[in-house]
Amino acid sequence: MDPAQKIVRNGSRLNKVLLVALDASTLVGATRERAAAGVVAYSAICPHAGCEVSGWVAGQNDIECACHNSRYNPRDAAAVVDGPSPRALSALPLEVMDGKLVVAKPFIGRLGVIPA
Amino acid sequence: MFKTCKWMHGAAAAAFVVGISAASAQQTIAPASTTPTGGPLPDVLLKYAFVNSERLKKPEDGNWLLFRRTYDGWGYSPLAQITPANVGRLQLVWSFATGQVEGHQAPPIVNNGVMFVATPGNQVLAIEAKTGTLLWRYKRPLPEDMTNLHPTSRGVGLYGDLLFFASADANLVAIDAKTGKERWVTKVADYRNGYYMSIMPLVADGKVMLGTSGGELGVRGFVAAYEPESGKELWRTYTVPEPGQPGSETWPQGDQWKTGGGSIWVPGTYDPDTNLAFWGTGNGGPWMGDQRPGDNLYTSSVLALDGKSGQIKGYFQYHQNDSWDWDEVSPPILVNYKQGGKDVKGLVDVARDGYLWRLERTADKINFVSGQPFVSHNVFKGVEPKTGRPIVDPDRKPATNKVATFCPSLWGGKDWPPAAYSPKTRLLYVPANDNLCTELKGEAPKYVAGELYVGVSTNVLLMVAGADHIGELQAWNLDTGKRAWTTKLPSQNWGPVLATGGDLLFSGGTNDRLFRAFDAKTGKILWQFPTLSGVNGVPVSFAVDGKQYIAVQSGWGVDAARMQGRLNLLFPGKYPAVPQGGAIYVFALK
Repeated sequence: MDPAQKIVRNGSRLNKVLLVALDASTLVGATRERAAAGVVAYSAICPHAGCEVSGWVAGQNDIECACHNSRYNPRDAAAVVDGPSPRALSALPLEVMDGKLVVAKPFIGRLGVIPA
Repeated sequence: MFKTCKWMHGAAAAAFVVGISAASAQQTIAPASTTPTGGPLPDVLLKYAFVNSERLKKPEDGNWLLFRRTYDGWGYSPLAQITPANVGRLQLVWSFATGQVEGHQAPPIVNNGVMFVATPGNQVLAIEAKTGTLLWRYKRPLPEDMTNLHPTSRGVGLYGDLLFFASADANLVAIDAKTGKERWVTKVADYRNGYYMSIMPLVADGKVMLGTSGGELGVRGFVAAYEPESGKELWRTYTVPEPGQPGSETWPQGDQWKTGGGSIWVPGTYDPDTNLAFWGTGNGGPWMGDQRPGDNLYTSSVLALDGKSGQIKGYFQYHQNDSWDWDEVSPPILVNYKQGGKDVKGLVDVARDGYLWRLERTADKINFVSGQPFVSHNVFKGVEPKTGRPIVDPDRKPATNKVATFCPSLWGGKDWPPAAYSPKTRLLYVPANDNLCTELKGEAPKYVAGELYVGVSTNVLLMVAGADHIGELQAWNLDTGKRAWTTKLPSQNWGPVLATGGDLLFSGGTNDRLFRAFDAKTGKILWQFPTLSGVNGVPVSFAVDGKQYIAVQSGWGVDAARMQGRLNLLFPGKYPAVPQGGAIYVFALK
């Protein structure tokens, strides 16, 4: 993010975002505040090895990284459910403005791989 | 751009003693500088033995200078102090936490008492092999936006007074063996386009040779050679031909060759007599064969490359138009065997496609000799007797929007963990995974540079009904083509194998975290040691001051952990996660 302009998307793949539409009543804690109309947004870059988190585990309703099967709970701040990921996905707070989903605040947390 | 931790040297130790004394007089001593500086080299580094071509061709019994110790790829140490009779007295001499998680796969490379260990986290450690004392630590930061699909390293190559490290961000780094400082860095490929590295460079013919990973990210595989002194690239040979080159007719559709896979992530074997290096290549990309018509040379193949020019002198494609994710990156070992009463100058490969291949090597060609399954197999109905081309059951071949179940699984009968061969027993030792299958369904992927380019919508691990085990250690007689023995293991097996002159085998690979010694003649387990994580590392044997040691890295991760997760979905609760965290273990008789 450009700290001066507060522009979230600058072309880096680290700024790729995944959006998940959920039942708003299932959201937990801070995720309730960050969601808009039940839609939550997270960094799509897995902190484990930098792959794109694009899978959906039906049944458990988790999001999953296809590379090493790290799974995250999108209802609870993308907390790690299983797999080698060292931490949750960074969250991107949303809001509805003029009937459209827009970014409300910068990413919460660091983007990209966490070096060991 | 890197950090080194300096060894504890004589001057520092002296300053520490003085500090204690001064403290008692209520005085303090400040360091001369806030910047740590190196002191005199420890003796073991002062005496560092330069590595030359002759030493690589014929390493001393007590050293382990190459991935499998010798160019033939045997993974055999002639050291024979540790035997079936005394291995029960094998004890831990030292251990060393690497500070890293993920799969620790590299062999501890040992040159006259100095051990070099590559670990995940883009790190190389230099350690006094006898004592476990850290000599220096090299760590190269990685770009935060890179996709490091397999965060591991398979080791460092040696030549002169340099180490050669394939940095994950697709840079080849030459490191001063004595100080741990970078001598030069050469860009091999652009990580932003999906190229990354985990290979141990092969030093042969006075060159540093290597390839890159990235078969799941739309790369075009290659082997490249570099000048050790400067990092200058000398040649580059692609594993997927461009239009007009021999083999390009096997890529008839458009520009698919540009993203055709065939990555190289295990070092080749080498025949100094013909100056040919033998490289195993990865599967084609994306995964589904129907999306890239043709045989797709030279994916899932072995290539014989001339050391001087990089020219392709021969090849054998284990299977055509892969649709099963069967990389064939483990190179064949060089071993002679008998066939039909005649001696064959052989290449033997234990392939991920579940077949044991016996080939013949010549100066300008690789000839097929035989192929047979070594695990449960339902994809090949057999092989064409003259060419060795597998006859594929189309019902067992997944495709775009077509589900197929096939055995062995996508991890194959044997993945990357190397087999071993003992010239004493004349047996080939295979770390196998039997009775596993995969259900795959393809989808059309969209290519985006640097992103996953696989095209799979369903990927489920299955087990053969009624099967009672997965992991095995197998022994094969190469002259008869028959299996000599099989030892069943309690879980899947991801353990590279070491064979020794003491008629022992050493291997880990199971999820119970044990590192084991087996009787090389019978397969009986004679000794085992519980490590803190799972053993994915290549075990080695070395000697210092006339004493034999066994060394290995423990550190579970990458595909071993991924298979564990899939098995836990298949058998809920039976395969809980194996703890991560790497360490080096060194054992000797006491």
